[in-house]
Amino acid sequence: MSHEVVEKNVGLMAVLILIVISIGGLVEIVPLMYARDTTEPAPGVEPYPAIEFAGRDVYVSEGCYGCHSQQIRPFRAETERYGDYSVAGDFVYDRPFQWGSKRTGPDLARVGGVYTDDWHYVHLINPRDVVPQSNMPAYPWLAKRTVNPEQVARSMRAQQKYLGVPYSDEDIAAADALEGVTEMEALIAYLQGLGVSGGAN
Amino acid sequence: MSLFWSLFIIVLTLGNIFACWWLIRWTAKPRAGEAAAHETTGHVWDGDLMEYNNPMPRWWLWLFYITIVFGLAYLLFFPGLGNFKGLLGWSQYGLYEAEMTAAEERFEPIYAAYAEIPVPTLANNSDAMATAGRIFANNCATCHGSDGRGALGYPNLSDGIWQWGGGPEAIRHTLINGRQAVMPAFAAALDEADLEATAAYVYSMSGREAPARLIAAGREHYQTLCVACHGAEGKGNEALGAPNLTDGTWLYGGSLAAITETLNQGRNGIMPAFAETLGENRVHLVTAYVYRLSGGEENSDDELAAR
Repeated sequence: MSHEVVEKNVGLMAVLILIVISIGGLVEIVPLMYARDTTEPAPGVEPYPAIEFAGRDVYVSEGCYGCHSQQIRPFRAETERYGDYSVAGDFVYDRPFQWGSKRTGPDLARVGGVYTDDWHYVHLINPRDVVPQSNMPAYPWLAKRTVNPEQVARSMRAQQKYLGVPYSDEDIAAADALEGVTEMEALIAYLQGLGVSGGAN
Repeated sequence: MSLFWSLFIIVLTLGNIFACWWLIRWTAKPRAGEAAAHETTGHVWDGDLMEYNNPMPRWWLWLFYITIVFGLAYLLFFPGLGNFKGLLGWSQYGLYEAEMTAAEERFEPIYAAYAEIPVPTLANNSDAMATAGRIFANNCATCHGSDGRGALGYPNLSDGIWQWGGGPEAIRHTLINGRQAVMPAFAAALDEADLEATAAYVYSMSGREAPARLIAAGREHYQTLCVACHGAEGKGNEALGAPNLTDGTWLYGGSLAAITETLNQGRNGIMPAFAETLGENRVHLVTAYVYRLSGGEENSDDELAAR
């Protein structure tokens, strides 16, 4: 076979190109789907309980990931400020993960327990009330809107059924108790649970 | 990683490198029936456009080979081939540990030296306070403000008024263990009229006018419900974190409405513990900084404003 054969047969060339570029994915991606480090939860990491699950949906729908990352890199400058560096096992129940790629605001991977619930409430209603120089938008409507328990239960069931998240039926039934819970309460519950377990140690 | 996936990666990676080497050799080799080097191939476009069959320049070809050698050397020294860790034993976590150790060796002696100095003295050491200011900005300013003057619900640290005490030992205790205030909700104990009266009495304690009728009724409720923590005269109790109600400084607002809300729903302010985040030595440094904020010697308002 000469060079000319490849150059003059588009189909053959396409097949050869496909083989060549698939090798990168086969080597770099496929083994991670079977590695313990990347598929098993870090110590203490559990699937999100119903209220945090609902809060996570609020986090996604408000686009928090646009300004906040959730990935602490193993550098001193990051761990001094945000806590232990993140490991893959921290994110096994994050579907999809909220790593983000930009830090207009601080990283939130381990923000759980750092501030009080009241602080989060005041801060989300108007960030300037507690951090005068903050440029974060205010989210006052979160305190008025309530979460939809039925939708939360459906989403949890879908993750249990199709994505293999180990929810028990009781976990999902807990979503019924979310009747009347505001998006604010759910979001704060989610934030307070972020990174409280997991990590390398 | 299991042996299978390790081998999977090694075979594909090395196979890929070998294939690159083969591809370069194969395409660079002259072929029978081709035009000889430095002659035209015989293709003609637009009547007079022809191409030479020149080999790729040597330096270019060598760049390909050098890339292959570089790739193999990299895989020999650094982790990349499955479970093989590389001859240098390098890892990003190792790099991180080294960075942390180096920082500790550099900064710990400085903090340790500061830890030997008593708080009131340390508060006047400008180098130490510059460092402490940065620790404060990173950890405390979110609630207490970058100037330490607090916000509604978050105590002002610069006014000399203390909920839990402002001596070095009290500040240190607050930083190490955190604090949790327990002002109970009295919505169940007081009906609307009682609530109004009690709020009016508390309102009047800081020297403000309130209707005498309400004050008289409110004082009675105060004497049964509030006195245990806030004291008969409303001067508060630092041991319990019960604020002084007579000094005109209000953590949650001093309006009648705010006082009513406080009585109604209670207040449970939480100061998180920083022992783990900061460690003993840095807590000592921050203690001095907070002590100074509230007017430890040589701390004029001008200086505070300048910060």
